[in-house]
Amino acid sequence: MATKVFMEALSPTMEEGRLVKWLKNEGDAVKSGDVLAEVETDKAVMELVARGDGVLRKRLIAEGDSKPVGTLVGVIAAADENIDALVAGAASGGAPSGAATGGAASGGTAPAPRPAEAPARAPATQSATAAPPAAPDGAHVRSSPLARRLASEQGLDLSRLQGSGPGGRIIKRDIEAAAVAPAVGTVAAPHPPLAARDFEDIALTQIRKTIAKRLAESIGPIPTFYLTAEFDLTRATEMRAAMLEMGDEFKVSINDILMKAVATALAQHPEVNAHWLGDRIRQHHRVHLGMAVATPDGLIVPVIFDADQKRMSQLSHEARELAKRARERKLKPEEYTGSTFSISNLGMFGIDEFTAIINPPEVAILAIGAAQDVAVPHGDGFVVRKRVRVTMSCDHRAVDGAVGATFLQTLRRLVENPLMLVF
Amino acid sequence: MALITYRDALNQALREEMQRDDRVFLMGEEVAVYQGAYKVSKGLLQEFGEMRVVDTPITELGFAGVGVGAAMVGLRPIIEFMTWNFAVLALDQVLNSAAKLLYMSGGQFNIPIVFRGPNGAALQLSAQHSQAFESWLAHIPGLKVVTPGTPYDAKGLLKSAIRDDNPVCFLEGEMLYNTKGEVPEEEYLIPIGKADLKREGEHCSIITSGKMALLAMQAADQLAKDGIKVDVVDLRTVRPMDVDAIKASVEKTNRAVVLEEGWEICGIGTQVVDYIQRDCFDSLDAPVIRVHQADVPMPYAKNLERAAKPDVPKTIAAVRKVMYLD
Repeated sequence: MATKVFMEALSPTMEEGRLVKWLKNEGDAVKSGDVLAEVETDKAVMELVARGDGVLRKRLIAEGDSKPVGTLVGVIAAADENIDALVAGAASGGAPSGAATGGAASGGTAPAPRPAEAPARAPATQSATAAPPAAPDGAHVRSSPLARRLASEQGLDLSRLQGSGPGGRIIKRDIEAAAVAPAVGTVAAPHPPLAARDFEDIALTQIRKTIAKRLAESIGPIPTFYLTAEFDLTRATEMRAAMLEMGDEFKVSINDILMKAVATALAQHPEVNAHWLGDRIRQHHRVHLGMAVATPDGLIVPVIFDADQKRMSQLSHEARELAKRARERKLKPEEYTGSTFSISNLGMFGIDEFTAIINPPEVAILAIGAAQDVAVPHGDGFVVRKRVRVTMSCDHRAVDGAVGATFLQTLRRLVENPLMLVF
Repeated sequence: MALITYRDALNQALREEMQRDDRVFLMGEEVAVYQGAYKVSKGLLQEFGEMRVVDTPITELGFAGVGVGAAMVGLRPIIEFMTWNFAVLALDQVLNSAAKLLYMSGGQFNIPIVFRGPNGAALQLSAQHSQAFESWLAHIPGLKVVTPGTPYDAKGLLKSAIRDDNPVCFLEGEMLYNTKGEVPEEEYLIPIGKADLKREGEHCSIITSGKMALLAMQAADQLAKDGIKVDVVDLRTVRPMDVDAIKASVEKTNRAVVLEEGWEICGIGTQVVDYIQRDCFDSLDAPVIRVHQADVPMPYAKNLERAAKPDVPKTIAAVRKVMYLD
């Protein structure tokens, strides 16, 4: 039986993908799980893998073509199997019109059929084209009630599965098979998986509801306010210098120390380490720290999971690694989803201070400016100190001014007394 | 446990209940002097006398009516029909009197009566004498319909039927009377309305009742050779039906075949399938398939009769189909 190769949703938000490179030629034998092509999503370059065994008989789109998720892009079948109907179906009904197309490949880039053409299609062709539209609710997919229930429980998208029942009906065994080898197209679980005990939902009190409603009316969908503080980095700088003296393997940046301090402070302030879920606030018990990284394509926020539990050396290493992979567009979706709080640092651009935009559903973000020498009053005169200005943007629906300020107080104690971080 | 026939199990139930309660009496064609057309009432005339074991003329409507009247004044009659095919003549008393008097008398008259006899096809008795009536009877509010398939079930359910304060239609089988099974020496009752999981499997449920449970068990044996393990749910009572047992099995196996002796249209199986689609929809991995008699009057010719009846190969084919194997 032929296996259709679809443009799969390789990131949670992907609606369209650009086929960067075919890794298999027409006529190549392929096994389920083999990488067929590289596809560029909205976030990264990902692998498109085979969902069945056979021969890659047809590549329906050319390298460089962009296609919406769910478009038929290839056919895997036995060497002697007749796939004309499938290929014809792709040509006439595979992709919605208007998709950007590069070089014209064989058949795959034809525009959608005019309505008048549709009745001329043979029934076989109709059935062959029935699968591609990625119906999010499985509406166009033949499946047993049990399969639908199991798929919904496991978060599997039925439109990405091949049915082994009569007429291609997706049945229990297909769901079980997919669960063993999860389709890349499924929404990846945040890593590490969130268990119920990892957070606590706080019901909204009446006053909280009123605050949320009135302040949202006052300013945008997220009523944001900003708290700025200047931290003294004298001791952090001394610590960094002392560590550097011990050797290169102990080298950490001021940013690493700040991250460690933020993560530690967050563990003590779950009211800030939280998500706004509309009808409730989810306070997280684990600290998953998002760090904004500028890439040539734009901003992305990879996540350091359980940041408060990690040693500074580990944080430092992970942060560098994630930033590198982000710039190379190699991040997997599970590496940039699931953060509970984010930081953004524009210090390297010489920005003194700035305000960052909250990454919803998080309720706050910390913007870090450049560490610089500042003259501060000392006795009758002045001394020069290394200082950094941070600005916390807070979602007032969840975080009141005093709550944000208390968090910054804790953070100040940690940053200005970095030995507390090793306590 | 003693290994006894279905016939003897029924005989024991009758004797024990007649010993226990002197309001219980047996009436029907050939039940006394001839000891029963199928010898179910063997020895009862000698033990209980002709006031309690009563031969009737060939007047089904008449003696069924006498039974209803006797029940109204406090006796507990057991009316034996030589077969349920003949009980068609008595249906007015069964449906219109026995089933409705409690309701129409505003609760003044309950009718503790048992109508019993062989039901369905035997061998080459042709169209008029081979009919399975459980769906006819089960259609009627006010009747309980019991269909035991083994000596154990027959004895325990007949005793419960006799003690029941409302009309019970008790459907036996000509081909069952000689079958043997283990029956405890001590007294026991089986509640009306409780199914029995006759065989435990995992891949598919065969839901059936009475006589057909034997076919289901044979089918299950053969399927097991191919590694297919089926649940055999013997409803034992088709009204009231044990919906919980159906549900528990189908939710486990996700597939069901419903096997019944009678015809397809408005059969017992339609009701089972309705319960399944209503209560187990999200557990189904395949459509439910029914196995039943062909939609024709029962042929007399041996080969045609065989073709018309539900059987083991048809049941196996249905199981394989709902398992997507064929």
